[in-house]
Amino acid sequence: MIVPFGHVLILAGILFLMGMFCAVTRRNLIMIVLGIEIMLNAASIVFIGAALRWHHLEGQVFVVFILAVAATEVSVGLALIVYAYLRTGSFDPGTYNLLK
Amino acid sequence: MTIYSIIFYILALLILVSTGLAITRRNLVHAVIYLVFSFFGSALLFYLFGAPLLAVLEVIIYAGAIMILFLFIIMMVKVETSEERMFPLNQWLPAAVIGLLYLAIGALLVSSAPGKDIPLEMALTHPKEFGQYLFQRHWLSIEIVSLLLLIALIGALHLGRRKREEKIEEKP
Repeated sequence: MIVPFGHVLILAGILFLMGMFCAVTRRNLIMIVLGIEIMLNAASIVFIGAALRWHHLEGQVFVVFILAVAATEVSVGLALIVYAYLRTGSFDPGTYNLLK
Repeated sequence: MTIYSIIFYILALLILVSTGLAITRRNLVHAVIYLVFSFFGSALLFYLFGAPLLAVLEVIIYAGAIMILFLFIIMMVKVETSEERMFPLNQWLPAAVIGLLYLAIGALLVSSAPGKDIPLEMALTHPKEFGQYLFQRHWLSIEIVSLLLLIALIGALHLGRRKREEKIEEKP
């Protein structure tokens, strides 16, 4: 045996909380996207733990889709961040107050 | 307490410490490097949970591709790191309240959930079995995800192209 399933849930919950904290409190667009990555990673840990808990492969299959969605989100998100930086010269989302 | 549970706790500590260091760094390059360590720890955790293919994919895609993309962006544009105040109070307070609520409810749910004490048994998913399962049972989802990746590629190209056109328009 490895550990009870609850410990995996606690680990992933703390990790998700850290990612949420990073996404909410940092004032830098790159750190916000990093926080979203941490949250997605916490979700994958829960899925793989659940796959082992119920001895079913669906959880592992879902992690593949999470990986694909994370790659998509990062590529489009970083392209948008670079575009916003070139237009405003800043990474702080608080300075994006122009409608032009 | 078996050797596997000791490995699990060491990995959990490593992941939590490196993620905590990553989200509090002022220097973005340091944050990304700490996060690479965190993702390596997650990959080892996946291996411990019997998913070797996903462990390899985690290292290749998360620690390899995504984090290097972040490094490229950070090095491509000049980032002002010292100006940012670490945790502004007006954002810190709601985040702390929401986080404490989330922590309390989560702890309550985990401690009262049925089956939380069921120990995880060691198991191993052979990559060949996993691939066959994935492509036999979920071939439509794989197609949809590949379409999503194509759309992301086109979207990123479009965003990169439009800004150059605008620059040319602005110059004369």
